[in-house]
Amino acid sequence: MAEGNGTAARDGRVASALLEVSGLKMHFPVEEGALFHRVVGQIRAVDGVDFDIRKGETLGLVGESGCGKSTTARAIAQLYVPTAGRILFEGRDLCRMDKGALLSARRSLQMIFQDPYASLNPRMTVGDIVSEPLEIYSRRGLMRLSRAEIRTNTESLLDAVGLSRHFVNRYPHEFSGGQKQRVGIARALALNPKLILADEPVSALDVSIQAQILNLMRDLQEKFGLTYLFIAHDLAVIRHISNRVAVMYLGVIVEIASSGVLYDSPMHPYTRALLSAVPIPDPVVERSRKRIILEGDVPSPDKERSGCYFHDRCAQRKECCAGNVPRLTEVEPGHKVACFLYFNP
Amino acid sequence: MENEVILEVRDIKTWFSTDDGIVKAVDGISFDLRKGETLGLVGESGSGKSVTNLSIMRLIPSPPGRIMAGDIRFHDRSVLSMSVKELRAMRGGSISMIFQDPMTSLNPFLRISTQLVETIRLHQGLDKARARDMAVEMLRMVGIPKPEKRVDAYPHQFSGGMRQRVMIAMALSCRPEVLIADEPTTALDVTIQAQIIEIIKDLSAKLGTAVILITHDLGVVSGMCQRLCVMYAGRIVERGRTDALFADPRHPYTQGLIRSVPRLDRDARERLFSIPGTPPSLINMPECCPFHPRCSRAMDVCRSRYPAETDFGGGHRASCWMYAEGGARG
Repeated sequence: MAEGNGTAARDGRVASALLEVSGLKMHFPVEEGALFHRVVGQIRAVDGVDFDIRKGETLGLVGESGCGKSTTARAIAQLYVPTAGRILFEGRDLCRMDKGALLSARRSLQMIFQDPYASLNPRMTVGDIVSEPLEIYSRRGLMRLSRAEIRTNTESLLDAVGLSRHFVNRYPHEFSGGQKQRVGIARALALNPKLILADEPVSALDVSIQAQILNLMRDLQEKFGLTYLFIAHDLAVIRHISNRVAVMYLGVIVEIASSGVLYDSPMHPYTRALLSAVPIPDPVVERSRKRIILEGDVPSPDKERSGCYFHDRCAQRKECCAGNVPRLTEVEPGHKVACFLYFNP
Repeated sequence: MENEVILEVRDIKTWFSTDDGIVKAVDGISFDLRKGETLGLVGESGSGKSVTNLSIMRLIPSPPGRIMAGDIRFHDRSVLSMSVKELRAMRGGSISMIFQDPMTSLNPFLRISTQLVETIRLHQGLDKARARDMAVEMLRMVGIPKPEKRVDAYPHQFSGGMRQRVMIAMALSCRPEVLIADEPTTALDVTIQAQIIEIIKDLSAKLGTAVILITHDLGVVSGMCQRLCVMYAGRIVERGRTDALFADPRHPYTQGLIRSVPRLDRDARERLFSIPGTPPSLINMPECCPFHPRCSRAMDVCRSRYPAETDFGGGHRASCWMYAEGGARG
């Protein structure tokens, strides 16, 4: 377990943080045997992650599949019970809350999912989907809304996400992917949250629709003063939407900086390779680019590692990289990197 | 030699009959593929790019699908009138395909060696031992480490990127003249995508294979294709050399598409351009420009008739009433 027991913030910088994640680990047991399950190993999906999100900003979390970005979001939302670490939301540790406290905290912390087809109940009308959070919180006495008020709220939520209020009695299958994602966003907004955890919200959409949803999310951020944790594998989308960006590799954050700095002067060799691998939709620019082609695949996250997680694929590895784990260290103001090219073990 | 046309697609219409009506998935598509070139078919989901290529391979499930009209000529022979035997020789022999999902395209019960050797023996008539040597050689060419050992592995023992390499090895093992790559990197991570793109570029240059690359990703086509066809609702709305098309897109859809993609090399935080609305349903599509409901420059004529192509020179053409005869400036 992490040190301390999650009380209030300690210094000025942290005080402005809406969410503060420290030492977050999420390991999943690997079991064997049909009847008597035996734990034979651990998948280290998230293996020690620290970051904070300031009020009103968008933090982009980017990485390739299996790097732990979705698990991080789910652990923050307490959909998983983290193996270790602290998740301070407005200064209170979500991991140590009882059920009742968590329910009222979750009101301020909502999720948007990748697949709008799978995340909407096909048997519920759009109106029921969007109003369900309001009804649950009213039923439990955490909100006081009459039926009529819930109805009005639902309609204005549909307005806010650009859907006609006549859609309340329609079912999800009657909508396109982009419209379904708007329904998912309306549902996330229903409780007037402070933080939205958006897990690949535009990856399943075509480009022309993706632009609509990205613009909508930005408009809503301004209108409602939202804070976003925006998870995506698409680095161009992340650059477009984020103030700051964290790059994950194999369960850890390898680099975090403001969006402009990270894209214009990346430090970690993995970030550099990742950025160079993204094709740019411009044939003239493409011809002049040099690609860093990484050797091999991402290793399996089931082993305890003694060195830098990236060292076996890294072209710039040094001797110390195999035996020492580089900590995420601030090497320039606001720019943290976990790499021995910038400091010694 | 560079300009020799090996595959001609002429006014293909592939329709599907459903309970709700006729879906005109491909509705009059023509293009040429020249020896050794890489041609991109770009479009969003439902634009008909995959159906076009399944039509070329005669792999349209029938019923419900049917190629209603048009012709496909491979080296001056009509693919549409080929016998089953001729088709089998063509598929995987002179034209081969790789798909988006390398897991579902490999048989999970068979070793890689079995699957590769089968293809090679079928099309090249080699004996088992020589076919196996060739399989190992192909795996080496696509960059699989220790191919002589890995050839006997099962598909699940490979990662996604490695499986796509196996698919490429299999597709190229018979030295096809045409490789159809249907979203070959969509299921892969960017760093793996970069590896696969390099392999396809490298091998198609080395072996002189012409490639039809189907993708929704404007970035991928920028680095790979010499020529592009932009598809929308079963039609090619604009075509031309990749450079010309990006430098001076003419069709409002192409213009919107290029502007709506966030770019890695642009400092953002500004609003993206977005095309309003959603792609049309292809069921019982009337004879009109299918883009008109989303087009800011739609005119009366756009709602009633489909425009012919206007040639802007150098093979750059677009189907839009802004340029076509009978339209605003015609």
